[in-house]
Amino acid sequence: MSSAPKPRPKYYDLNLAHLPPPGLVSILHRISGLGLFFPVLPLLLYALQQTLGSEAGWQHWHDVLSRPIVKLVLLAAFWLYAHHFWAGLRYLLLDVHFGIEKAPARSSAVVVLVLGLLTTVIVGVCVW
Amino acid sequence: MVKRYTKSPVGAHYGLGDWLLQRLTAVVMATYTIGLVVCLLWHVPASYADWKALFAGNVMRVATMVFALALLYHAWVGMRDIIMDYLKSAGLRLVVQTGVGLVLVFYAVWAASILWGAR
Repeated sequence: MSSAPKPRPKYYDLNLAHLPPPGLVSILHRISGLGLFFPVLPLLLYALQQTLGSEAGWQHWHDVLSRPIVKLVLLAAFWLYAHHFWAGLRYLLLDVHFGIEKAPARSSAVVVLVLGLLTTVIVGVCVW
Repeated sequence: MVKRYTKSPVGAHYGLGDWLLQRLTAVVMATYTIGLVVCLLWHVPASYADWKALFAGNVMRVATMVFALALLYHAWVGMRDIIMDYLKSAGLRLVVQTGVGLVLVFYAVWAASILWGAR
């Protein structure tokens, strides 16, 4: 360690848009996990209960889900799951030391961000 | 002779087990997700009868319940990580963590009642 004083104070760039891709994947993994815990999961359980509960319930959700604004909300919820899924797979690979160096870790982070959006777009095209 | 100090000076040692189980539950849920997507694409449920038939089989019910239990544990570890990072007051942390735990157990019981309950 050098005895020269480090430059203080330090200014960290806390703007999410300026994070490097792995950092962006990381914080979005956290945010998507929180969003899935609440409100996506209880809404999903409620929808499952209603749609399996009765024909009328199924029909009601069928009608509700045909509204464009609801489809957008559904796609947002789907993106939370998709991003969490792909980012999680990346972390599992990193855990077994696959692609752990800086360059591949950076490219895999970009791949995760793209895959999350791409799967959401594919589902969007399918439900529209 | 210096007696070797065998006790670890830090930690309660639940961390590694939690870390590993969070990964194992992730693999369980990822497998279920891929299976479910294949099922849905194989036979798109277009009616109430189709939808009900999808969840009528015991394999699907058990697989979904295993997913729900894996999620319960996975989300418990994940939410605890978030709570430990952002909530600085120990009292508040205890309250929120207890709340999260209760909510997760409620989700699991709710899932079981949807899958097997009177409907």
